[in-house]
Amino acid sequence: MLTVESTIKWLNLFSEKVEKNKDYLSELDQAIGDGDHGANMARGVAAMNEALSNKSFDSIQDVLKTAAMALLSKIGGASGPLYGSALIAMAKQAGEDRSDLASIIQAGSDGIQKRGKAEPGDKTMVDVWVPVVNALKNNKLSADIIKKAVQDTEPLKAKKGRASYLGDRSIGHIDPGSMSSGYLFETLIEGDTL
Amino acid sequence: MKKIINKPEDVVDQMIDGLIFGSEDLIERIPGTNVILNKQLSKGKVALVSGGGSGHEPTHAGFVGPGMLAAAVCGQVFTSPAPDQILEAIKQADQGAGVLLVIKNYSGDIMNFEMAEELAAMDEIEVDHIVVDDDIAVEDSTYTAGRRGVAGTILVHKIIGAAAESGLSLKELKALADQVIPSIKTIGVALSAGTVPESGKPGFELEDNEMEYGVGIHGEPGYRREPIKPSREIAEELTDQLRKAFQWKAGDCYGILVNGLGATPLMEQYIFANDVAQLLKSEQIELPFRKIGSYMTSLDMAGLSLTLIQLKDDHWLDWLNAPARTTAW
Ligand SMILES: Nc1ncnc2c1ncn2[C@@H]1O[C@H](COP(=O)(O)OP(=O)(O)OP(=O)(O)O)[C@@H](O)[C@H]1O
Ligand SMILES: [Mg+2]
Repeated sequence: MLTVESTIKWLNLFSEKVEKNKDYLSELDQAIGDGDHGANMARGVAAMNEALSNKSFDSIQDVLKTAAMALLSKIGGASGPLYGSALIAMAKQAGEDRSDLASIIQAGSDGIQKRGKAEPGDKTMVDVWVPVVNALKNNKLSADIIKKAVQDTEPLKAKKGRASYLGDRSIGHIDPGSMSSGYLFETLIEGDTL
Repeated sequence: MKKIINKPEDVVDQMIDGLIFGSEDLIERIPGTNVILNKQLSKGKVALVSGGGSGHEPTHAGFVGPGMLAAAVCGQVFTSPAPDQILEAIKQADQGAGVLLVIKNYSGDIMNFEMAEELAAMDEIEVDHIVVDDDIAVEDSTYTAGRRGVAGTILVHKIIGAAAESGLSLKELKALADQVIPSIKTIGVALSAGTVPESGKPGFELEDNEMEYGVGIHGEPGYRREPIKPSREIAEELTDQLRKAFQWKAGDCYGILVNGLGATPLMEQYIFANDVAQLLKSEQIELPFRKIGSYMTSLDMAGLSLTLIQLKDDHWLDWLNAPARTTAW
């Protein structure tokens, strides 16, 4: 269940994972983008960690909003406004119904789609958020489901974002934003937040 | 990587201070941001704000000044700036007549600028935006992010900037841009990749004797690789692409911009410009506006781009020639 503590713990674990894998994220982005996704995300989560450690929080909404603003101002690129929009929407939803994780993640997923106008199958992070929301709704989110969602972006042809410039040449590579979103949900499980 | 820098993570910050050192009478930095502001904003006129990833110098900050941009927002190298910085630029640039954002067509830039626009609307500042997509190397289809914004953007800065200075309203400027932007087309060629300081490696590999047509200003892949050829043949290829896109006829009137991508010396730009000039002359294309130099670069990429703007209205030429006081125009 999401509480103030578990949300912070989750986001801290996510930061660690991004920091540890930033070179891999950039490598994925080098293949079909401009090679900056790891650096972008690492800059963002560092700012988020700092913002989270500098304050005490009395609601999940507050935690998510603080995280959102840090990510929004520090990631940059395409993924900054996407993660920012996701967490702002999640914060709003957390204010409505604090215990329902599925509806919070659903709000985040909707926020990403509203900002980036991508549909499932376009080879973007939406391809991880949508199946994760579905799994959460049925109470069966697992590391395998996340891994599969990330892996399933490999054969897709990109229709949104930088990778779409490559057309058919985007096929055969994992989408970097899907990988970083995969980390977000893996750490949800690892932090026992479910 | 061989570069005259200090720490890779400090390049944008230190570049901004150096740029301002050179033009202190014209521009200033909004403290605590990567926003460059025109020191002599025109009261009651629409303010033009642009920006994007750094690495394309002198774009965009070099075009801040009377007659062009009111402010420019510098992102990290090749990475869009974030909404809070863009919002700050909008707030400081607004002189009561609203703000027009000039965005190059990249998903990251569009999303960050649109978020800033939404935030500014909440502060009751009138804001609208235009999107430049002049690179004809990429197909414009609903299945991709569309054509990229490249060197033609500076012609948009100039025409819309001068039109704003002449007193056009936000609505009129937006309508003008809707005419101007589709009349600008650019195609480029790269001989070698630029190196992003934080990555330390060239963005792509080209053999010593190879060049690639259609490469983007962040090293996005182009449409064809082949062995390097004489300037005249490169000029023929790029002119062919533009002819196909414009479908021009003898007597048509265009402006031309030959743009170096960073590492190609002016000597080569002039040689190439001379070749293009002869080709266009033989097709009886009138070129009353001409510009040659490195305006929209890609770090230390070698290569150049050719931009043409069809001058469909006499005002456009007047605005291109109107005075502007900036570091780079
Ligand atoms: N329209 C979109 N909707 C959803 N996700 C998107 C969209 N566009 C891009 N993405 C995601 O963003 C990831 C790339 O993020 P990254 O941080 O590398 O930004 P970028 O595209 O390089 O931005 P910029 O061009 O400004 O540098 C992609 O892998 C993809 O998952
Ligand atoms: Mg990228």
